[in-house]
Amino acid sequence: MNHTDSNRWRTVDIVVASVIAVAFGVVFWAWGLLWSATDAAFAFFPPAQAVLYGVWLIPAVLAGLIIRKPGAALYCETVAAIVSALLGSQWAGIVILQGLMQGIGAELAFAAFRYRSFKLPVAVLAGALTGLGAAIFDFVYWNKAYDLTSYRIPYALITIVSATVVAGFGAWVLTRALANTGVLDRFPAGRDRALV
Amino acid sequence: MIDLEPVATPGAPLARRNPVAKLAAAMVFTIVLVATLDPVAPAIAIAVELAVLPLFGVRYRVLARRAWPLLAAAGGILVTLVLFAADRSGRVFVEAGPVVVTEGVLVTALGLVLRMLAVALPGIIVFATTDPTDLADALIQNAKAPARFAIGALAAFRLVPLLEQEWRMISMARRARGVDAGRNPIAKLRLFASIAFTLLVGAIRRGTRLAVAMDARGFDAGTPRTVARRQRFTRADALLVVTAALLAAAALTTSILLGTFRPLIG
Amino acid sequence: MSGVVLRGFGWRHGGRRRWAVRGVDLRVESGERVLLLGASGAGKSTLLAALAGLLPEDSGEQEGTVEIDGLDPRKARERVGVLFQDPETQLVMARSGDDVAFGLENRGVPAEEIWPRVDEALRRVGFPYHRDRPTAALSGGEQQRLALAGTLALRPGLLLLDEPTANLDPTGATLVRRAVADALDADTTLILVEHRVAEALPLVDRVVVLEPGGGVRADGPPEAVFAAHGEALAAAGVWVPGHTVPPRHAGTPAGDVLLTADRLGLPPRLAPTDLRVRTGEALAVLGPNGAGKSTLALLLGGLTRPGTGTVTASADLAGRDARTPPHRWRAPALAGRIGSVFQDPEHQFVTATVRDELALGPRRTGRSEAETTATVDALLERLRLDRLAGANPYTLSGGEARRLSVATALATAPRLLICDEPTFGQDRRTWRELVDLLAELRDAGHGVVTVTHDADFVAALADRTLTLHRPADPGGVDP
Ligand SMILES: Nc1ncnc2c1ncn2[C@@H]1O[C@H](COP(=O)(O)OP(=O)(O)OP(=O)(O)O)[C@@H](O)[C@H]1O
Ligand SMILES: Nc1ncnc2c1ncn2[C@@H]1O[C@H](COP(=O)(O)OP(=O)(O)OP(=O)(O)O)[C@@H](O)[C@H]1O
Ligand SMILES: [Mg+2]
Ligand SMILES: [Mg+2]
Repeated sequence: MNHTDSNRWRTVDIVVASVIAVAFGVVFWAWGLLWSATDAAFAFFPPAQAVLYGVWLIPAVLAGLIIRKPGAALYCETVAAIVSALLGSQWAGIVILQGLMQGIGAELAFAAFRYRSFKLPVAVLAGALTGLGAAIFDFVYWNKAYDLTSYRIPYALITIVSATVVAGFGAWVLTRALANTGVLDRFPAGRDRALV
Repeated sequence: MIDLEPVATPGAPLARRNPVAKLAAAMVFTIVLVATLDPVAPAIAIAVELAVLPLFGVRYRVLARRAWPLLAAAGGILVTLVLFAADRSGRVFVEAGPVVVTEGVLVTALGLVLRMLAVALPGIIVFATTDPTDLADALIQNAKAPARFAIGALAAFRLVPLLEQEWRMISMARRARGVDAGRNPIAKLRLFASIAFTLLVGAIRRGTRLAVAMDARGFDAGTPRTVARRQRFTRADALLVVTAALLAAAALTTSILLGTFRPLIG
Repeated sequence: MSGVVLRGFGWRHGGRRRWAVRGVDLRVESGERVLLLGASGAGKSTLLAALAGLLPEDSGEQEGTVEIDGLDPRKARERVGVLFQDPETQLVMARSGDDVAFGLENRGVPAEEIWPRVDEALRRVGFPYHRDRPTAALSGGEQQRLALAGTLALRPGLLLLDEPTANLDPTGATLVRRAVADALDADTTLILVEHRVAEALPLVDRVVVLEPGGGVRADGPPEAVFAAHGEALAAAGVWVPGHTVPPRHAGTPAGDVLLTADRLGLPPRLAPTDLRVRTGEALAVLGPNGAGKSTLALLLGGLTRPGTGTVTASADLAGRDARTPPHRWRAPALAGRIGSVFQDPEHQFVTATVRDELALGPRRTGRSEAETTATVDALLERLRLDRLAGANPYTLSGGEARRLSVATALATAPRLLICDEPTFGQDRRTWRELVDLLAELRDAGHGVVTVTHDADFVAALADRTLTLHRPADPGGVDP
């Protein structure tokens, strides 16, 4: 039985995806505080705050790139959201819905390539789509009361750009860096390093 | 410091309810509220939430401590609306460049701030009164969540307090080895990034070892699992969910009857 | 109840050229108690992982066969219980009782049988708390006992223990050994890895020595093996009982004071402590688990800010920073003056290869590239890490990682060296090498402080000892 080709999750897949989610759940929680703290700083142009957004979307793409199994992106983003809710996020239960939406975006990108390709373009696409998921949610839910042209649209666009760069490209770079440390040896993403 | 222990008095009547029931109640309650932008429905909801707080065994002081970031977020909403509100009708109070404060803006701001509080509080209450282990057990037994995933997530969640310790150890290790940033802000940022990366590497490594340890104890052997801790979903739990739905609907109905209802979509 | 058969077994970890173990032919009958010995890096831990069915097919290459009762170990996990060296990574659940129950749930033990079995296992290992005790609130020794309970509750036919008492204080080690002895049923097969042979001998009736290059070097009843091969085994790094090591105490009296600790403490981890460290002196800090030894080491090393009292460095040690306490010094200055070795070797590592790890300190403290290379090469050779120069520090065996972490601190030759448990998990040969290195440093007029549970080490090197006691523990009973 060759585990790496099958879609069944091994214990390491589950635990490592969960660990990534937990680590980022803590980051989310801290990031939420930062977000609130920088509210005033971004007052001159609040949609620009969305540049911080990408960080919220990293786990979706990162887990997809590392675990390479159907559901990884969705699972990781959702669990990360649950963890930040458990730790006491100001957005509480709603972040779980947001996490689901964002996770689905990245999941669709990996599914479109049938979980076979994990190269840079796929990662960037996953980032863009998870950004799209996030942007749609915020457009409808959080930003309904704001002006369409001066706020809601720029905010959505910046969210997608931030997601593409930070979550898409960023997660790809992060995966490579992690592979170089040897921690991903149990995953296809971590193979092919030099022998010593 | 992140504290993971539930903060409720354990004997409180609603804190003891099934975690899945609490979660479902909170979800139902908030999703109904999400449908409107007016200030009345969330205000009623907040009153309800504060009223049931003692039944969950959460003290008001504890809630305030967990909820303080909400106040910062409320400030953010106000600033943003003053600059970018869609609805600027009504009497004008202040007008200076992009800053326009009108009656419409203030009503919308009040609505949004109240909605944010109304939606956030149930989540805070549920998570403050729920032990992660119980939540995972209930998700598996009452919500048919896949056991391997729920337990895997639970095992990973145990690492949260360790992450904090680990952060301190990594910083110390760098210092001991002659690596620091001094006063240079760029060096500081780089050191921060390098510590964060090392933390992630360490967490994944721990995860890999944990997975081995779990396998060693038959986690993925294919044998059907039994459960040592039974979680029951009783009639009282169902009642909690139904009551939450009814209360939320009542808040919404009041708002509609008063004519303040402003649907989110449409 | 389970028998083990290895035929020409070998395993090469992914990313390595050398085989971790190779050519092992071994047969262990049901009910036998085996002590597995071998130099550090000989592949003992790898062999245990193979028996437990925990070497994933995709993480390396296998040769020959392993069988547990005629089955592939990956299919025979039900029969095997394993206890690794590091208990922390083995605890899965947040509450102690749940953790023991975890394995039982996985094996589908009926719900009504679980709690009685949990309680029985906790009782057998002498676990002092209620089963609701949070696992995060346990000391290292208690975690070790809990992990053992989790293993024993499964009633394994084959019990595998990898250095179960490293890092425990002598009382704790005795307790765990006794727990193992009491917990073994007559027909349980035991394979134990332990460097300190003398303590382990009462538990076993057979000794197997692995040869680092491959194969089995000696096999038989302990007395017979040590009588026949004692001399050679001792030379190869095995702690053969009765082969003592010559002490290396200071030839000259201690010199000037380097560092003074005055009512130094960090509540609740360390009660106020007075201490003087001198040049040309090796000071050993002793005390039970949880007494605050590691905390003291961090404080002396200038890595944590004292909660109470002060640390004062002499003008000689402090150089330009004579007026500030060590915890305020810049890191490069600190690393050149006071070297620290952490208790957990993996906490020490900041780079991706063994060689970079050793070169980091000298570079940061401003040595030339040539000087750095010379230092690094000398240390690599002396601590037998040269063939691992390109390896990632986190893939080293327990003993190799320990050696490397000590070497990183030695590389900057600091005036004052503070080591936390420098000798645990070491074979006899490296142990002596480490004692010699520390003794040389001391004889050259440096100060050496070591935190240790190792009585042999204290007897061989320490010129003076300081014993810490546990600060009052409000949380629970101290066993
Ligand atoms: N995960 C790994 N990846 C690569 N190499 C490894 C890994 N684990 C161990 N090794 C290498 O395999 C060899 C045998 O390691 P092992 O841990 O089995 O030794 P050991 O006999 O237990 O030593 P010690 O007494 O020091 O614990 C060592 O050279 C080690 O560096
Ligand atoms: N980061 C921490 N926060 C709070 N308490 C801690 C922390 N680290 C250690 N402790 C507690 O402080 C006490 C002293 O810990 P320390 O690690 O210094 O003990 P030690 O003497 O080195 O023990 P051992 O022999 O097990 O290594 C212990 O009771 C421990 O549980
Ligand atoms: Mg070992
Ligand atoms: Mg210690």
